[in-house]
Amino acid sequence: MATEAMDGGRALIRALEVEGVEVMFGLPGGAILPVYDPIIDSSIRHVLVRHEQGAGHMAEGYAHATGRPGVAMVTSGPAATNIVTPLCDAYLDSVPMVVVTGQVPYPAIGTDAFQECDTTGITQSITKHNFLVTEAQDIPRTIKEAFHIATTGRPGPVLVDIPKDIVDPNSPRSAMTWTDDVEMDLPGYHPETEVDLDAITAAVDLIRTAERPVLYVGGGILKSRAAEALRTLAELTGIGVVTTLMARGSFPDSHELCLGMPGMHGNYTAVTAMQESDLLIALGARFDDRVTGRLDGFAPEAKIIHVDIDPAELGKVRKPDVAIQGDVRVAIEAMVAELSGNGVGNSDRAAWKSRISGWQERYPLAYEPWVPGEPLKPQFVIERLRDANPADTIVTSGVGQHQMWASQYWTFDHPYTWINSGGLGTMGFSIPAAIGAKVAFPDRSVWAIDGDGCFQMTAQELVTATVENIPIKVALLNNSYLGMVRQWQEMFYEERYSEVFLSQDVPDYKMWAESMGCVGIRVDDPDEVDVAIAKANEVDDRPVVIDFRVAAAEKVFPMVPSGATNSELIVPEFQRGQSR
Amino acid sequence: MNAHEPERRYHTLVVTVENKSGVLARVASLFARRAFNIESLAVAPTDEDEMSRITVVVDLESAPLDQIIKQLNKLINVVEIRELAPGHAVERELMLVTVTAEPDRRDEIVEHLDRAGGKVLSLGTDRMMLSLVGPPRRIDEFEDLLRPYGILELQRTGRVALASLDDALD
Repeated sequence: MATEAMDGGRALIRALEVEGVEVMFGLPGGAILPVYDPIIDSSIRHVLVRHEQGAGHMAEGYAHATGRPGVAMVTSGPAATNIVTPLCDAYLDSVPMVVVTGQVPYPAIGTDAFQECDTTGITQSITKHNFLVTEAQDIPRTIKEAFHIATTGRPGPVLVDIPKDIVDPNSPRSAMTWTDDVEMDLPGYHPETEVDLDAITAAVDLIRTAERPVLYVGGGILKSRAAEALRTLAELTGIGVVTTLMARGSFPDSHELCLGMPGMHGNYTAVTAMQESDLLIALGARFDDRVTGRLDGFAPEAKIIHVDIDPAELGKVRKPDVAIQGDVRVAIEAMVAELSGNGVGNSDRAAWKSRISGWQERYPLAYEPWVPGEPLKPQFVIERLRDANPADTIVTSGVGQHQMWASQYWTFDHPYTWINSGGLGTMGFSIPAAIGAKVAFPDRSVWAIDGDGCFQMTAQELVTATVENIPIKVALLNNSYLGMVRQWQEMFYEERYSEVFLSQDVPDYKMWAESMGCVGIRVDDPDEVDVAIAKANEVDDRPVVIDFRVAAAEKVFPMVPSGATNSELIVPEFQRGQSR
Repeated sequence: MNAHEPERRYHTLVVTVENKSGVLARVASLFARRAFNIESLAVAPTDEDEMSRITVVVDLESAPLDQIIKQLNKLINVVEIRELAPGHAVERELMLVTVTAEPDRRDEIVEHLDRAGGKVLSLGTDRMMLSLVGPPRRIDEFEDLLRPYGILELQRTGRVALASLDDALD
């Protein structure tokens, strides 16, 4: 066994290298300083962010795009609190991520030392697990455990808090012996991936006899790399698929069995098919309130098959008729084997299929056509972006109207091409997430579709993108408002607009973009849209920001009002059977 | 054993956790975060150095037992959870109590104490310190009995429990 005397700081970087880390996102400071020195000699690329929140979302974007854990490293105190939002975001969306934070020297903990905060205490309930390492010798084992926990079972963020004295070569407490063989010590962690075959049989029996089945597919499909298996199951059974906001792309939007996105801003067919279903096959989905609407009125006649790797999700919200705990890919493959071997049943679903196609014809996703003299339609911008970019383009978004329109009007035909903040709804997610994705796939087109409210929260990371040569593109749907809140105030607060108007003229996004080293383009009219997109796509040596000035009055439809059941979906006149 | 309604509402979980700093905080924080109510909680090391044992009585009106167990199990430091259903556990609690006891009323108090099986730990001029070990309900009853004399200070440990032997042999 190879051993080597070393200090904790070098051991930390070495341990990250051993885990196969290629890139990390971070910003140094006092407590983490000693760990930044060995980075100079490391194979790991470090992307220097402008705000620690950016580092966290970049790590998330990287993880979403690749399936590999994203890594961020920041210092103690305010840096640690700045990365709390990405940790919570990653926790709610089950994103594998390892965050290393500096901490004041171990003897100073509890003294309210400079830049001290109780990082593990603060992040306890928003991480899958966290560690405060107290001995240099424990660093390699802890890093190994952190990656294991972050990437197995239901993925999630893990934080490792490192006191300065165990990584600082000037401190005797940093001395340790590196060994290549490190054993993990996690007696309470045994993620189960295998599935109970009796439960599979019971599930398949329900599938065979269901007359109105729907595959309700969540982000877990992507986490378990199960898109292929899902497609096989759908095609074998002919059952339609709804993909939640976290699962967009896991089943091709252009597939004939695709019913679209469910939920508060889902399309009519997806929402109604679930509502009228007699069997929901929930695969890696968690019956989120944005999907179910008012729970006691959700899919009232449906039996439930619920597959999830996290046993706590089974029965948390809706009691399943068949609960299957385990890896969703393993479960789907087992169902496919059973259905191929012993038949898919002979349930007559002709009437159901005809109802579905009737809904698809009568209630297409559509928006009111643009009228000359009116401001640009945001949905039109997304359609043009979609048509001008390759199918493997990675799209990230912030949170709000632009996020919903991006999900609705883009066509996601490939897994891992849609990256957004679903559970936490973190404004400002798109730009840093796009940077993380672009770092992972420098040769692919990466577009951040953003709103002006979101843009102002994390735009400074475009400086990072320029300086680090990460040429993402930003489509800013700028309506001068916090648009989604404005929509709610218009619809549910009698048009009393409270604190939602940002500004018509300030900032000047083109100038701001240019000052950050990006190409800045402003678009006001529909006939400028294609030209601007083409121009943006020609740039590959710096980021591009297109400031699309879009209509403020535009609303996201369909919509299930908060507190209503999904049967009370609001579908405006222009989404009733007219073509776009 | 008693299986009346209030007892059904509370279930005892015996949670084996790694004996590491912050683990109790993780358990407590989980209960707070998920809005699970704790009726009683006791924690102490076990015969294994690396493990501690948390005996927690949970209120099933706040959440289904199944969810409480599953969420607890997600804590990385939780190694094992055993459920002790009402009527299938031997439960004990210790109470220390200082009660007003003028000399003319001491005999009365000692009589109650003897009947309950408690001990006199200390005597003062006008007060007595008593201890009682027993099932939580007996402790409740004894506490009620002492109240009229004037309770000056009282501390209960929260319950600890083991599976009753009949069950263990099942």
